[in-house]
Amino acid sequence: MAFRGAVITFPGSNCDRDMAVALEKVSGEKALRVWHGDADLPDRLDFIAIPGGFSYGDYLRCGAIASRSPVMRAVIEAAGRGVPVLGVCNGFQVLTESGLLPGALMRNAQLTFTCRTVPLTVENNQSLFTAGYDAGQTIAIPVAHHDGNFFADDETLDRIEGEGRVAFRYADEVNGSQRSVAGVLNETGTVLGMMPHPERAIEPELGGSDGRALFESAVRGLVTA
Amino acid sequence: MKVRVYVSLKPGVLDPQGRAVHHALEGLGFAGVADVRVGRFIEMDVADDTTDDALDEMCRKLLANMVIENYRIEKLEAA
Repeated sequence: MAFRGAVITFPGSNCDRDMAVALEKVSGEKALRVWHGDADLPDRLDFIAIPGGFSYGDYLRCGAIASRSPVMRAVIEAAGRGVPVLGVCNGFQVLTESGLLPGALMRNAQLTFTCRTVPLTVENNQSLFTAGYDAGQTIAIPVAHHDGNFFADDETLDRIEGEGRVAFRYADEVNGSQRSVAGVLNETGTVLGMMPHPERAIEPELGGSDGRALFESAVRGLVTA
Repeated sequence: MKVRVYVSLKPGVLDPQGRAVHHALEGLGFAGVADVRVGRFIEMDVADDTTDDALDEMCRKLLANMVIENYRIEKLEAA
């Protein structure tokens, strides 16, 4: 059956189109676009993406308002049924605020907005999203954020590391994240949140294509599943 | 009824903004500032029959992020 991926758009999302293009390039199927006020998601979704941006102007806390919007109740329910969810940048913040992922994203330690391509280490290549990489591989993916400083208490950090739920780490110092965590999986490995933007690295013309394998492995994994 | 909610970072959570403010205070020549933590202050006007439980729930569900923040509620009697 044809791949059915959806991209959620909140007021202030600005990477939703790039995310849709990445899904379309890799799957060959048009990505469905979902507005934040929709209480229901399209039927039979294979994949949900929460894009980057500044949902609700980052009011209160980054991702806080978006995580309480009607569509997120449907996303949480779908995630509970095992539908894969990818949150990038502001999407990662929305996923931590919603409780689907542990921790919180705080102001960058250096206090500045950081926009550059950074090296990431693939820590876990056993998930749906990371199976296209080698464990320990270094990939180059752009970051563009002001609040990407991952925080969780030591007990939570020990637990997610022990369970192999750290998908990516920064190979350089980027934002002060605890234990250099750049991307985190949920307990079942079906929800991934990451600050770097794989959708901005899917073709050489964009400056790199190291992000493409993430979408390819997810789409392939879902279509053959 | 006026309600004030004070949201602050939990002890042990690093506060880059507080550190920057601290640094700026020192730059202005204010001595003897041992530490600065930046929090958030929210003022609400709510129905008089709003329960403490409801206020608590507002804080836990939205106003504070319990992973990194604590909150304190202060109720002001109607003038």
